[in-house]
Amino acid sequence: MLPIKVKKRASLLAVFLTVSVIGIFLILSALNKNILYFNSPTDIKFKQDIDFNKKIRIGGMVKKNTLDINNQEIIFTVTDFKNEIKVSFRGTIPNLFAEGKGVVAEGKLKDKKFFIADRILAKHDENYMPPELKNIIEENAK
Amino acid sequence: MFSLFYNSNIFIWIERIIKFINSIFFIFLLIGLSFALIFSPPDYLQGDSVRIMYVHVPAAWIGLSSFSLIALLSILHFIFKIKNLPLITKSVAPIGLMFTCIAIVTGSIWGQPTWGTFWAWDARITSMVILALFYFILILTHKFISDENKANKIACVVAVLGSINIPIIKYSVEWWSTLHQPASIKITGTSTIHPSMLMPLLFMFFVLILYCALIFLMKYKTEIIRIKKKNLKRYD
Repeated sequence: MLPIKVKKRASLLAVFLTVSVIGIFLILSALNKNILYFNSPTDIKFKQDIDFNKKIRIGGMVKKNTLDINNQEIIFTVTDFKNEIKVSFRGTIPNLFAEGKGVVAEGKLKDKKFFIADRILAKHDENYMPPELKNIIEENAK
Repeated sequence: MFSLFYNSNIFIWIERIIKFINSIFFIFLLIGLSFALIFSPPDYLQGDSVRIMYVHVPAAWIGLSSFSLIALLSILHFIFKIKNLPLITKSVAPIGLMFTCIAIVTGSIWGQPTWGTFWAWDARITSMVILALFYFILILTHKFISDENKANKIACVVAVLGSINIPIIKYSVEWWSTLHQPASIKITGTSTIHPSMLMPLLFMFFVLILYCALIFLMKYKTEIIRIKKKNLKRYD
């Protein structure tokens, strides 16, 4: 069997590890709300105390056929397929911003259904493929 | 079992392995880079900026796996007091720090054209910065604490604490909503990355691992020489 000294050290380490894991778990669960980089439209809907003067981030998919770009502003709808928020934005958009793609908008809520963004970030998904393949998939879908 | 490490033949072996890696490394690097930068297809959405992935992803993997290795070896050293394990962790730490920094910097450069920002305080990126800080503390411990036993003990505590961060980094994209996209390459289940891009990625990972081995062996050799010069009678 192992010497007693080794056993002592192993148990000391196990106790230390367990305590620190529990500690970090508690810290993270207390901070859970703040770690979220953005809120989904559903989060906004059920949130009780919304500060309309504070900058927040909302995120989701740009709903298809809702993107409207005119001279003054860009209007689109962010959806998480349960709830939606309309977003208005003036400024430049990143390259990957498109209908049906993920988006994160930074700005202020006007009310629970309307959001005025002053910064738009594109959130891309985990799919990588060559363009030819994408065309084939799209043709098959038709 | 560990006689290989104690034997002074180890110098000859290290020299041989370094020479061997040196002879193949640049050829492999050229092949890997030409596949990553020229022969692999652009992405359907991101175009050519996807090529940053071939450095970013392997660098992040190496950053994570070296810390896991350091944590594992530190625990083994703490429990069984195997004398040369601290030398290994000491040699791995700078490599891990370098690749973690590479992952953060390339990710930031990649973020600008795709997301539209260099920096975001989302869970994945922040936890990666914390990993870099842990590496930094590890290296500083060995630099500034001259009593070796003390330094090894403190480094062990740092490594164990830092190892809790590893699963947090891995699962941060699933537990919380982040700007960073979820993992494309899964150990179980199908990867969402096309094989024509996956192969160069894995090859680049292999090339960077070779580079790590090279740096590690050089550093490990210096560490052993340093110990021998100190006349601590650890290798007889």
